[in-house]
Amino acid sequence: MSDKEPLFSKKNLQLLSDPLNSSNPITVQVLGICSALAVTAQLKPSVVMSLSVVAVLAFANVIISLLRNTIPNRIRIIVQLVVIAALVILVDQVLKAFVYDVSKQLSVFVGLIITNCIIMGRLEAFALGNKPWPSFLDGIGNAAGYGAILIIVGFVRELFGSGSIWGYKVIPASWYIENGGFYANNGMMILPPMALITVGIIIWVQRSRNRKLIED
Amino acid sequence: MDRNSNVYTFIYASGMVIVVAAILSIAAINLKPFQDRNIEVEKKQNILASVNIQADATNAEEIYAEKIVNSYIVNSKGEQVEGDAFTVDLKKERAKPVAEQQLPVFECQIDGGVKYIVPLRGAGLWGPIWGYLSLEDDMSTIYGASFDHQGETPGLGAEISTDPFETQFKHKQIYEGGKLVSIIVAKSNESAPEQHKVDAISGGTITSKGLEKMLLDDLSSYNAFFNQKK
Repeated sequence: MSDKEPLFSKKNLQLLSDPLNSSNPITVQVLGICSALAVTAQLKPSVVMSLSVVAVLAFANVIISLLRNTIPNRIRIIVQLVVIAALVILVDQVLKAFVYDVSKQLSVFVGLIITNCIIMGRLEAFALGNKPWPSFLDGIGNAAGYGAILIIVGFVRELFGSGSIWGYKVIPASWYIENGGFYANNGMMILPPMALITVGIIIWVQRSRNRKLIED
Repeated sequence: MDRNSNVYTFIYASGMVIVVAAILSIAAINLKPFQDRNIEVEKKQNILASVNIQADATNAEEIYAEKIVNSYIVNSKGEQVEGDAFTVDLKKERAKPVAEQQLPVFECQIDGGVKYIVPLRGAGLWGPIWGYLSLEDDMSTIYGASFDHQGETPGLGAEISTDPFETQFKHKQIYEGGKLVSIIVAKSNESAPEQHKVDAISGGTITSKGLEKMLLDDLSSYNAFFNQKK
């Protein structure tokens, strides 16, 4: 890689765009599923969780990339974990201070970003061997790929499970059975199994559109 | 320096830990006031919820200041003791013998009368559950209740903090002929007098029973105070 490479070269842009599709962390690599199932009952926590992961992964990638030539090889995993853990605690503290209700909804899952395989995976696979700028893009790209799925799942589950989007009712009250209508919210959508099924449907749609992903 | 030597590894690890510790301490100290305030506002929202006022984070303090006209601490004999009712740490109090416990009481001026609000704390299935119960001035009729929990199962035990469960408590009686009977959280096949009974949560039996025990235990400590006020 030459030093004169433009900031948004084709290669760098691919770092951003690949994780959104052909190497998506959730639908293709099937990483970070735990939190994807747990926090997506509503749109708002999904978005906050996504933003938190974007912040943590982008900064962790940059920090590890900056340190990559100083980290002693034998403790590199520990160093990575310390960096991730410190960033996650910062994010958690900031959420608790400024968006308390969302922080309560996310509860332990912010802390569990530490164990999100996507983050360790990107640090180990990418940031340790690349310069800060590509690492930053890689971090944003992968976290966005993760976040995109979270937001889609959150949108679907909140719409069908609670009849609202971002907490605002979108299904007219007169449609509901208790008001003499024909509609009822799907209680299953609130529960984690439907998140798994929704992710499954997304994987299905993605593979039917992108044939390269289909294994024999 | 050799990056694989023991000395380098030790120095690196120590340096890293010190830097990270410093950064986190600074962040924690600077954010603490904001976090404490959030917790305080949430507590006020919960207290107000027990008298059926839904306040949000922006107006809770204002409504609290207007509606909660008095607060004090009593002991298990019903005598007032010194202290600020709002800052009592229930977790610590519940660990003491009943005779030494500080029991907070909040008085709320609403609907042309005074309602007495008492805090509750007990154990659910996965962790603590807590709440506030407000009583009419006959000290037996429940005016409202609000419950919350740390980690009960969503859809099952967590239902205790939802409106349909909480509104059942309205107009129930905790006394029967001068004797405290509290509230029975009953399954549909359990028989209990209607004025003392609320429906338990299907699939949330342990949480429901924990809530029943919490009500009985905590209301018993207030028994002397309630009897005085009648």
